[in-house]
Amino acid sequence: MKILVPIKRVPDPDHRIRVDLQRIALELSDVPHIINPFDANALEEAVRIREGPVPDAEIIAIGIGDPAWQQELRTSLAMGADRAIHVGVSGPPDPWNVARILRAITERESPDLVLMGKQAVDDDSNQAGQFVAGLLGWPQATFVSQIEFIPLDPEPSIAGHQLRVARETDTGIETIRLRLPAVITADLRLNEPRYAALPAILKAKRKPIETIPLTELNIELSPRVERIALQEVSSSRKCQYVQSVDELLDQLFLNRCL
Amino acid sequence: MRILAVIEHDGSSPKPGSLAAVGFAQAVAERNGGHVASLVIGHTVAGIAEILTSFGIVYFADSPALANPLADRYAQVIVDAVSRYHADMLVAASSTYAKDIVGRAAGLLGGAMVSDVVAHDWRDGQLLFVRPMHAGMVTETVILHGDPKIVTIRPTAYPQPIAMETQGELFPIAVQDPLPVGMMWEHLESKLGTRPDVTDARIVVAGGRAIADRHDFERLVGGLADCLDGAIASTRALVDAGIAPNSLQVGQTGKIIAPELYIALGISGAVQHLAGMKNSKKVLAINKDPNAPIFDFADYGLVGDVYDVVPELIGKLHEP
Ligand SMILES: Cc1cc2nc3c(=O)[nH]c(=O)nc-3n(C[C@H](O)[C@H](O)[C@H](O)COP(=O)(O)OP(=O)(O)OC[C@H]3O[C@@H](n4cnc5c(N)ncnc54)[C@H](O)[C@@H]3O)c2cc1C
Ligand SMILES: Nc1ncnc2c1ncn2[C@@H]1O[C@H](COP(=O)(O)O)[C@@H](O)[C@H]1O
Repeated sequence: MKILVPIKRVPDPDHRIRVDLQRIALELSDVPHIINPFDANALEEAVRIREGPVPDAEIIAIGIGDPAWQQELRTSLAMGADRAIHVGVSGPPDPWNVARILRAITERESPDLVLMGKQAVDDDSNQAGQFVAGLLGWPQATFVSQIEFIPLDPEPSIAGHQLRVARETDTGIETIRLRLPAVITADLRLNEPRYAALPAILKAKRKPIETIPLTELNIELSPRVERIALQEVSSSRKCQYVQSVDELLDQLFLNRCL
Repeated sequence: MRILAVIEHDGSSPKPGSLAAVGFAQAVAERNGGHVASLVIGHTVAGIAEILTSFGIVYFADSPALANPLADRYAQVIVDAVSRYHADMLVAASSTYAKDIVGRAAGLLGGAMVSDVVAHDWRDGQLLFVRPMHAGMVTETVILHGDPKIVTIRPTAYPQPIAMETQGELFPIAVQDPLPVGMMWEHLESKLGTRPDVTDARIVVAGGRAIADRHDFERLVGGLADCLDGAIASTRALVDAGIAPNSLQVGQTGKIIAPELYIALGISGAVQHLAGMKNSKKVLAINKDPNAPIFDFADYGLVGDVYDVVPELIGKLHEP
């Protein structure tokens, strides 16, 4: 069984993000970057699948972006991916082009499962997983917080597996089953990602990262989303402090909040 | 421009958020002389389709095979409806339903999609969309290249639609055989109680890590909400701790709400939480740490222990 795990490199969300003077780009040079948190959940789950129900699973991390991406791919190898693919592009493409590239890689690698994050915490699009599932015509389960392998026959081959997943929806936890191959997008409650220990980090240095130029995939980027402007958001509220419950109630009634 | 709105429903009526998507569609159509239609998918949904005829023509796909929202089937139906109506734009309210199903349909329709739109504008006849990113710390203005354009909107940002003078026509959509069968429904465990839904309540009371257990959550957060006919909500911290169900989580990865009054009980004010509530009309924060960031996003602040303040508040609200 093969599991493909897309990894996005994103600015650390705990840092303040600034917009440049032209109001078109973010100033990110001083901001540390991390693996998108949801992608870390996806990778962790892939490793748990290999540690549990499918010991022969091969885990391939894939990143689409500039050379700096190598760092997050190296971290992915330390967390447990067996190998990594880096598709070199000058900046992260929009979700449509991410999905097209993921489809091309999927056609090359024939994974049984694409396990990815539900959303990138920088663009907050929540699209690439659904796009690639549609493009491949594969079953999809988005916002997944639990995955269970159901063996359909005694042979531990993947063709003999179905997945039962729990999905976090606005109305509650939904349970569905999926045929493989499938696309799954991870929610934060899927698991708690591990920190790579030193031996794993050292071992990761010897694992391969293959670099594939876009031309080799016969893909020309065709952006669907074009950014016109960016704006920082700041709070315009001024907090009025009250000293007691009585004063609070007076204020709330006076201002017709209640 | 022909705009098709995908309507999410609860089995008997359209969700208010989906109606706001129709409101958005009307606003766009009014400006460029366009038309608006709705699409309902499910089983025994004729009644819901009927309700929607007040806003124009309605397509509906009704079949036992569509009894539950499975993305592979539903997306195929949406793609059929887009081609029947010759839609140049597909809109829906940003919810887990639309992110899942409309997102997949968008993948089949060429991927010109923008999510979570909070405002739009026109420039040289072109539609500009404004959307938050980076957990709402930044907003971006974008244009879409390609057709159809697929848009999800934040329901809090758009009004309910205006009824037409004449009712629209109803068009059933025959379900094309075979529907995909790679996804199979099991069940939905809904923890929605009897309280108002957090996305449409006027007042929302939310609890954070300060709340120690389920019992206290019910007593303090639930108790205060009940005095105010409000809904209850929580931070991710409480959902992770198993104290509150996931459907109550507000924030970047939870629900996005904008009630008249948001009451934050023992919530620090992490950006990921603010992303879900900072557009509330008024915010009241109660926190024992005077430096908690939530106060920067609050209109009223009370520095104190929620275990003392909230019972007192509930007691005084009960007084005649
Ligand atoms: C990718 C990602 C997505 C996320 N998405 C979300 C999301 O959608 N929604 C969300 O909420 N979070 C989200 N988070 C988590 C978020 O970063 C914070 O960890 C979380 O919001 C903190 O919750 P809290 O305010 O309840 O807890 P804390 O940050 O621990 O704050 C508790 C507060 O309670 C106060 N307090 C403690 N005891 C008392 C008392 N007795 N009386 C009064 N005050 C008291 C403390 O002073 C403190 O300010 C996300 C995180 C990541 C990484
Ligand atoms: N440039 C990228 N490289 C690898 N994976 C990506 C990239 N962009 C997005 N993804 C994957 O797609 C998911 C959803 O992203 P988005 O649709 O942008 O919110 C992310 O959680 C990643 O798993």
